[in-house]
Amino acid sequence: MTELFIDDMRKELDNKSVTSSDLFNEARDKALKYQDEYNSFVTIMDKKEEMDSNTKLSGIPYGLKDNISTKGILTTGSSNILKDYIPVYDATVYRKLKEAGAVLVGKTVLDELAMGGTGTTGHTGIVRNPWDKDRMIGGSSSGSASSVALGIVPFSIGSDTGDSIRKPASYGGVVGFKPTYGRVSRYGLFAFASSLDTVGVIARSTRDISYVMDIIKGHDDRDMTSLPDDNILYSDNINNEIKGKKLFYIKEALENKSGNKELEQIIDNFYKTIDKAREIGFIIDEVSIDKELLETIYPAYNVISCAEATSNNSNLTGICFGNRIDGKDINDIMMKTRTEGFSELIKRRFVIGSYVLQKENQDKLFLNACRVRRLIVDRFNELFKEYDGYILPSTERIAPRFNEASDKLGDDYLILGNHLIIGNFGGYPSISIPSGFVNNMPVGISITGRAKEDYLVLNMANKLEEVLGYKGQVSKSE
Amino acid sequence: MSKYVPVIGLEVHSELKSNSKNFSSSKNGEGEVNTNLCPLDLGYPGTLPVVNKEAVRKSLMVAMALNCNVPEKLCFDRKNYYYPDLPKGYQITQFGSPIGVHGYVMIDTDSGPKKISIQDTHLEEDTANMDHMSTYSLIDYNRAGVPLLETVTDPCINSADEAILFLEAYRNILLYLDASDARADLGQIRVDVNVSLKREEDSKLGTRVEMKNINSFKTVREAIISEIDRQTKILESGGVIEQETRRYDENLGTSVFMRSKVDAVDYKYYRESNIPEIKLRDSFIDSVKNCLPILEYERRHKYIDVYGIGKVDAYTLTKDKKLSDYFEKIISYGSNPVDTSNMIVGFLLGYMNKNFLSLEDIKINEDDFSSVIKMMSDGKISNKQAKDIFTKAIEEDKNVMDIAKEMGSQISDKEEIRRIINEVFSENTKVIEDYKNGKNVNGFIMGLIMKKTSGKVNPGITNMVLKEELEKL
Repeated sequence: MTELFIDDMRKELDNKSVTSSDLFNEARDKALKYQDEYNSFVTIMDKKEEMDSNTKLSGIPYGLKDNISTKGILTTGSSNILKDYIPVYDATVYRKLKEAGAVLVGKTVLDELAMGGTGTTGHTGIVRNPWDKDRMIGGSSSGSASSVALGIVPFSIGSDTGDSIRKPASYGGVVGFKPTYGRVSRYGLFAFASSLDTVGVIARSTRDISYVMDIIKGHDDRDMTSLPDDNILYSDNINNEIKGKKLFYIKEALENKSGNKELEQIIDNFYKTIDKAREIGFIIDEVSIDKELLETIYPAYNVISCAEATSNNSNLTGICFGNRIDGKDINDIMMKTRTEGFSELIKRRFVIGSYVLQKENQDKLFLNACRVRRLIVDRFNELFKEYDGYILPSTERIAPRFNEASDKLGDDYLILGNHLIIGNFGGYPSISIPSGFVNNMPVGISITGRAKEDYLVLNMANKLEEVLGYKGQVSKSE
Repeated sequence: MSKYVPVIGLEVHSELKSNSKNFSSSKNGEGEVNTNLCPLDLGYPGTLPVVNKEAVRKSLMVAMALNCNVPEKLCFDRKNYYYPDLPKGYQITQFGSPIGVHGYVMIDTDSGPKKISIQDTHLEEDTANMDHMSTYSLIDYNRAGVPLLETVTDPCINSADEAILFLEAYRNILLYLDASDARADLGQIRVDVNVSLKREEDSKLGTRVEMKNINSFKTVREAIISEIDRQTKILESGGVIEQETRRYDENLGTSVFMRSKVDAVDYKYYRESNIPEIKLRDSFIDSVKNCLPILEYERRHKYIDVYGIGKVDAYTLTKDKKLSDYFEKIISYGSNPVDTSNMIVGFLLGYMNKNFLSLEDIKINEDDFSSVIKMMSDGKISNKQAKDIFTKAIEEDKNVMDIAKEMGSQISDKEEIRRIINEVFSENTKVIEDYKNGKNVNGFIMGLIMKKTSGKVNPGITNMVLKEELEKL
């Protein structure tokens, strides 16, 4: 039953043919069953949290990324440095879900401290792709994507700083939504890069995403960057007419100079998808954007996110909390705690972040990256005056095999592989929905819209989803 | 060879008064060790700062009182460094756009008024308190996150005396604005001192030495004097001053080396993105401006120049805003400022001191105070009577005007006195005889008059009228 949509479960709950305990038990049993093979969870709950409420989500099981603070429940950020950390307070998103009666099944594995895109760097081991165990699910919301793709839960909460919800959703054949920056409170989300971080949702349909968004969105006095309420029920607006809505795709992102076969099929899938979109009334144009500008996206992201991550994670010293390693004095304690607590990849990012913030480098590296970000956002804001959003394949490839990619910040560069970052640079709402299969692995298509128009992005995605036919899919790997 | 001129710059940190901390809702104030805490104060993952409006309002007031330019937008930055007293691993401060820049404070030196220019004043958060034991350290996080205002002067102070005059003036600004209790003994005001020496004719400043975290003004004075001495000796013996940070050791009476410029920490300042830029609306700025009181310096000069009050008394009156407010309210009811000042400084303060009273204990309302002073100035009562009235009012917690009535006012009307004198004459014919026989009876008659009027007649006038009446006999 937990592999169905929220509406299906709601119906069964409401006519009392199942109870929320039944759903929780089923989800928990599935979580336990798949745990050894796929490793979606850091923690699987023993008991159902009891909360009376009467919302769309009451009694519905879900997964929560393990970088979201849950009072009294282990929250590790999938890092050794927090392997025994039990928070003393609830994140706003968790509190809202709890109050809405949603039932937490488990805390999902991520790439260590949300830095990474492979699902291979969490301290409890690698997360496998439900469609092919030899492949990655991607990250950093790895367990959130795999738990949904496996049909354990109808939705999971993730976080997205560069593409951390949308990429694993795309690799896992499910829907991933990154809301407008500030639409969902970040209070309680372990900070990676504060100016880019968002809390979002992975589910098996856009409709289910909208149900969850209706609960978790809204202003929060604890997060000064959270937006005022938009007072729109997304789930009521996902079927609005989209005829005449204008989207563009970026010509330069669809180049395939090396003639890569897989990329060719992905691009082919994209063109077929936009044909269907046009059939239902979307107007879709090709737009050309300065390639040099597009090629700065990843380096600029790299600089900004590493800089912010270095500072944000300076609290992990083992002094007030965390896995303290003893030393001969205060500095030695902090040094040893951090040396042993972080993996090499994380330390690499901290070194980069620290380097670009140094007085002598800051203007040339960090501040220039911020300027580049501004230029990119200005260009897209300009385009968004005419267009309601842009559409592109979510990723440039299908989920890699474990020996094919790593989270080392690489040298090769593809615009298509990095365009999702634009959503974080501009704080735009952005969604990935499944659009078919290439080499028997799911691929996805993404729509990124104007800031604050979350309802419209969900509306457009839902309409497209209806005609694509990949909604609600669960991996067939069993 | 010309002399060396000391050039001093100060950085003053003061804890602001507010209900809660600068970026969290925990209490800002006294408390059992590690009780004024919330997840943010300990840097727990996922916590976010929320700016305290009251702290912003207070720092804006100080910025305006320091005659600073105020920015259009409020921005915060992170100062990154690792130390256990800084749980987040960074301090939220204002680096790029402080809440006040380019201001000044006036001080009165022996050689006249001097403008101490202010580089900037910025709002930040305090660190935790640490006690280092031999094998362990204790941390109290109550102080972590308390709003802290740092004010930086230009290097424009030329002596320890000037530094202290500035610090006292600055502290008084904080007190006048009720922005901080500014108690050095509680660490609510702490000073970093930069000292360099240059030759009189040089325009370029010498190499500066910084002394951090000095906890009392007395120690600031000592530290400056001893540092000037240390640097002078080095320069005079042909040595070179190294740019370094030193710590003033009160026991040794000199500064000791902490770290050199080479070891200077790079704080990697950058914009705090968890706090959006906050536009300081004109209405907010105006509302702050409108509640700025007139400050000590201006009041003092008005007292001296306009009211003609002596310098020392003017200092005394303006040192404490409450006292100065009391004084101003009294004279607003029309009493003479000098007479009022004399009564406050010459009598009231001494009385309060002797009896361990504070101004709050003095319940005499300003209107009544003014009336008594007016009666005294008009010669209706004597200075001693006025003091007696005040004393009685304080001691018996009685209304001043009731006491004044009860005591009866002094008789200073000539004709009234003349009438009384003649009554005394007619009741005491023997004395008139004695007078006519050449005896000096003045003192005796005065005694009779005083007895008859219970001492209410004005003695000067009575003496004068008595002489006239005796001559008539």
